[in-house]
Amino acid sequence: MNEIISGFLTALHLIITLDPGVIEISIRSILISLSSTLIGALIAVPIGATITFSEFTGKRFLVNIIQTLYALPTVLVGLFVFLLISRAGPLGFMRLLFTPEGMVIAQTVLILPILVGLTISALKGLDTTILDTLRSLGATKIQFLRSVVKEARYAIMAAVVLGFGRAISEVGAAIMIGGNIRGHTRVLTTAISLETSMGNLAVSIALGIILLMIALVINLLLAVVQNR
Amino acid sequence: MLEIHNLSKQFGDSEVLKGVSLKVPKGEIFTIIGPSGAGKSTLLRLINLLDTPTEGTILLDGTDIHKEKNMAVRRRMGMVFQKPAIFNQSVYENVALGLRFRQIDERVIRKKVADALAIVGLTGFEERKAKTLSGGEMQRIALARVLVTDPDVLLLDEPTANLDPVSVRVIEELVQRIHHEFQTTIIMSTHDMFQGQRLAHRIGVMIDGKFAQFGTPREIFTTPNDRFVARFVGIENVIEGRIISKDRGIAFIQVGRITIQALSPLPVGTDVTIFFRPEDVAISCSSSHAESVRNVFPGQIVSITPMGPYNRIIVDCGVKIIAMITYMATEDLGLKEGSDVCVSFKATAPHILAAEE
Repeated sequence: MNEIISGFLTALHLIITLDPGVIEISIRSILISLSSTLIGALIAVPIGATITFSEFTGKRFLVNIIQTLYALPTVLVGLFVFLLISRAGPLGFMRLLFTPEGMVIAQTVLILPILVGLTISALKGLDTTILDTLRSLGATKIQFLRSVVKEARYAIMAAVVLGFGRAISEVGAAIMIGGNIRGHTRVLTTAISLETSMGNLAVSIALGIILLMIALVINLLLAVVQNR
Repeated sequence: MLEIHNLSKQFGDSEVLKGVSLKVPKGEIFTIIGPSGAGKSTLLRLINLLDTPTEGTILLDGTDIHKEKNMAVRRRMGMVFQKPAIFNQSVYENVALGLRFRQIDERVIRKKVADALAIVGLTGFEERKAKTLSGGEMQRIALARVLVTDPDVLLLDEPTANLDPVSVRVIEELVQRIHHEFQTTIIMSTHDMFQGQRLAHRIGVMIDGKFAQFGTPREIFTTPNDRFVARFVGIENVIEGRIISKDRGIAFIQVGRITIQALSPLPVGTDVTIFFRPEDVAISCSSSHAESVRNVFPGQIVSITPMGPYNRIIVDCGVKIIAMITYMATEDLGLKEGSDVCVSFKATAPHILAAEE
């Protein structure tokens, strides 16, 4: 019990004194996950919108698959991206293994299903009169899709925040693709995993608190935007 | 300018429109009245290119709109829906939407939005959040949004169905004003027959996927083509009989044990249906009447139902005749269920049709 309490105290000390090692890892975590979320959203929202407003056979099946992939195991994504970017893989020449860029790719792949799926749900929630009105007002296909995304922006933002949460909190793909190299690919989750196994509980707790705070801040920001 | 030929629309197994034909000249206010589910909305949606017809054509100034399906044709029309679609943005952005799609210069947009808001009586609402407005105001926003695009054809799908009576008046006045100022061709559906009467140059009564009758409001409300139209426009007295004799244009029609006198060119021996409005029937306690009132029948009151300032009174005179009189008159005459009274109506009140086979 004492160990935990002293861990907490040390953790608070590390955070309050802005320990350089802790800050560096936190910033890297945020940057990598933010990048993958933004790239993911840029890919997923247009795809989600197109799927929602196109009619084709197998649409329901496709949406089911996408929803199943919400629970995609992070280590599977790690394995898949590893095969893709390791030396022998098709993208091996880009030398992305054990780089932050490689981690961004892995996290993007990981959260794409959630982003696409929740975009579809958000757009499906729109009133049909809204859709009719857009068509009636003479929107082109592109104008139509842009308008519906704009109308569903808060629901889509919530999806993006959820995606960010999954990206920043996952450890499997980060460790397989990033390799947890100090000062290069070490992020909050991989660091917690390592420090805990080495018995540095205080550092782990500090990093854990930071991880939670990031999630909290992001959600508060979203709430502020949605209530505006 | 708008011509519809033999238009049909099928959704799955149900045929919602069954070969509708219609011509609406430029500048006309044409109102489609009919019960819910008759196909009014479907017709408007087909005109607005929101659905594709199963059969038939719609020509706008000679162009088959479903064949062309181009943006230029669509952008000549504007539609307001029963439920106002309001976007989660400012009033300004809501009204500007159609102009944004047309890539109009922002200065022009600002001017047009201000003008349209002035017409619908919402000047100064630009920066308000549209979602916070009342239902009536939202519907006015929807009208303004269509107005800024200067449509040649304005389609209104039961625009007042969800509104309170005051908002209904406001929207109706707006429709008249828009027509007056821009001579827009307006095609409007409503299940409120009186709204059709107030606004329309011409009415089409749609029943079960077809137009049962076209005519001016007066024609529709006094000379229905059949009993469905009669029922829908509030002609509650529909009585079957046979012409047994004629005297200078007046037909004597045997109905059970009474004889109703009415103007009709039909020959003796014809089986007919007699239509007349409850509002044209008077109730009194004596049988002495002016000579012009040819139909006077004693009877007994079966029921009295209040309807706003009126009472709907059913009197059994051998046949049941429905009268609509003010509640004041009801009280003055001391009418109750079971009272013995006389019903009377002029020979010019009924509309006579040869009975349908």
